[in-house]
Amino acid sequence: MSTKNPTDWTIAEARKSLEAGETSALDLARAFLDRAASVEPAVHALLERTTDRALSDARAADARRAKGERGPLLGIPVVLKDIFATRGIPTTCGSRILEGFVPPYDADAVERLSRAGAVLVGKSNLDEFAMGSSTENSAFGPTANPWDTGRVAGGSSGGSAAAVAAGECLASLGTDTGGSIRLPASYCGVCGMKPTYGRVSRYGVIAYASSLDQVGPFARTVADLADVLGVIAGHDPRDSTSVPAPVPDYAAALDGRVAGLRIGVPREYFVPGMAPEVEAAVREAIERLRSLGATIVEVGLPHTKYAVATYYLVAPAEASSNLARYDGVRFGLRKAAADANLLDMYRETRDAGFGAEVKRRILLGTYALSAGYYDAFYLKAQKARTLIRDDFAKAFAECDVLATPVAPTVAFGLGEKTEDPLAMYLSDVLTISVNLAGLPALALPCGFDGAGLPIGLQLIAPAFREEAALRVGDAFQRATDWHERRPPAPGAAKGGAR
Amino acid sequence: MPVSLEDVRHIALLARLGLAPAEEERLRRDLDSILGYVAQLESLDVSGVEPTAHVVDLPTPLREDRATNPERPEEMVENAPDRDRTFLRVPKIIE
Repeated sequence: MSTKNPTDWTIAEARKSLEAGETSALDLARAFLDRAASVEPAVHALLERTTDRALSDARAADARRAKGERGPLLGIPVVLKDIFATRGIPTTCGSRILEGFVPPYDADAVERLSRAGAVLVGKSNLDEFAMGSSTENSAFGPTANPWDTGRVAGGSSGGSAAAVAAGECLASLGTDTGGSIRLPASYCGVCGMKPTYGRVSRYGVIAYASSLDQVGPFARTVADLADVLGVIAGHDPRDSTSVPAPVPDYAAALDGRVAGLRIGVPREYFVPGMAPEVEAAVREAIERLRSLGATIVEVGLPHTKYAVATYYLVAPAEASSNLARYDGVRFGLRKAAADANLLDMYRETRDAGFGAEVKRRILLGTYALSAGYYDAFYLKAQKARTLIRDDFAKAFAECDVLATPVAPTVAFGLGEKTEDPLAMYLSDVLTISVNLAGLPALALPCGFDGAGLPIGLQLIAPAFREEAALRVGDAFQRATDWHERRPPAPGAAKGGAR
Repeated sequence: MPVSLEDVRHIALLARLGLAPAEEERLRRDLDSILGYVAQLESLDVSGVEPTAHVVDLPTPLREDRATNPERPEEMVENAPDRDRTFLRVPKIIE
């Protein structure tokens, strides 16, 4: 491994080198900052490179190590989706309405990473307010897929996924409301996990749809994900939906054993229109798990077909309420003519500050909650949500973990779906149910198509059983090498296709 | 029921969102298409089904009504677009 460039390492490899004294956190920080500088013009995964912060974090980590301290993330370079409040560092959420906003506090997950000694390299690009599936809705321009810069990175946490894929950090954090970690992980050929709702604190995470939003990690391997999740998970009294349950030792759960585990394959997840190469790769991955000793059972999730419709009522309704706070008074943009009254000021500020997709969802949510439509839309969707949850409860009576594709296709082209919001929404058809049910789910690479684009496998576990999905994913990676592939130097190979 | 321009203007006012005329028509078409898609829920029988507002079965946590954060008002209002000391300034409300 010492022949590899540090920016191609895993966290485990970096830690080994740090513990052997062969490298320092400062060396690593410089290597990743240099890498970011060289790939950013082609990838645009980051909205801000926190160079000074990275160097001071790295020096602090080296000092802690010199005093004998050890830890899974001590000195490890990380990136945060620009939805996490970071004290003293601009936080835009991909929106003009928050341009220039500098939070006076850190999110809980950011505090936990700092205490663990992680090194902050940058803040990553995202769809505005996490609303999107491609990162093309960022007010600051899209992120390109490191495997083919003419294609999207997925979204909404596209910058966090692309930053790991392109070697700009060893791990990153994102948020997942309808697939926003798993879809970009799949498109960018890295691992990503959405934990159980309530597992990681949402304190300091800019809210999109509060009953669905959850924080989670990206990394190159499932074992690395387990290390990051172990650091960020845990009860936080500042988030009233944070669950006061003990956090298992995720890394210790990775024993490589799947023998005797029952893996459910939901028949509804192999949808019409799925790319044949995606279906073939996922079915082959399931066969591999069978050959490792797991029992494969077919299960049904019959309400899956209602998931996208349910989500696009529940999530915009919550968003329309959460985004009411952007009023041009306390923070962010204000826009008002000299003679404007208060109402004009609100309307002009929000018109100028929000992009097209955010406006679309605010209006959709306001409509679904408005007088005369509440029962027909919002209440109906909440009842459909119950049926979707019940489907999973029944399926988990027959199996321990579910295995499915992450998405029906590989990464699509930049600009391909921007004119058709509904087509974009359907990218999340296989990830959205998990959020409605609040379950943990993991995405990991399980193959490549003929054009060399990554294909993702999704492993879904019962609530608070993250370790079950992680164990299966890790066992798969011990038996395969898809996760060892790295993209070509971004911009060099397949670029220019846009 | 198709979404009308009047509907769009009404909900845009409720949402305190100003919209350019061209944007109103664009959003009318988008909402019409999305609501047409979500209308498939009409065929779903939900009689006797309880709504899910939240997936976590937790009671609302209570705490002492005591401030625990340090007082730093200057820092808290630093991001405001228009202020006078620690007061936020807004356009005239009363005519």
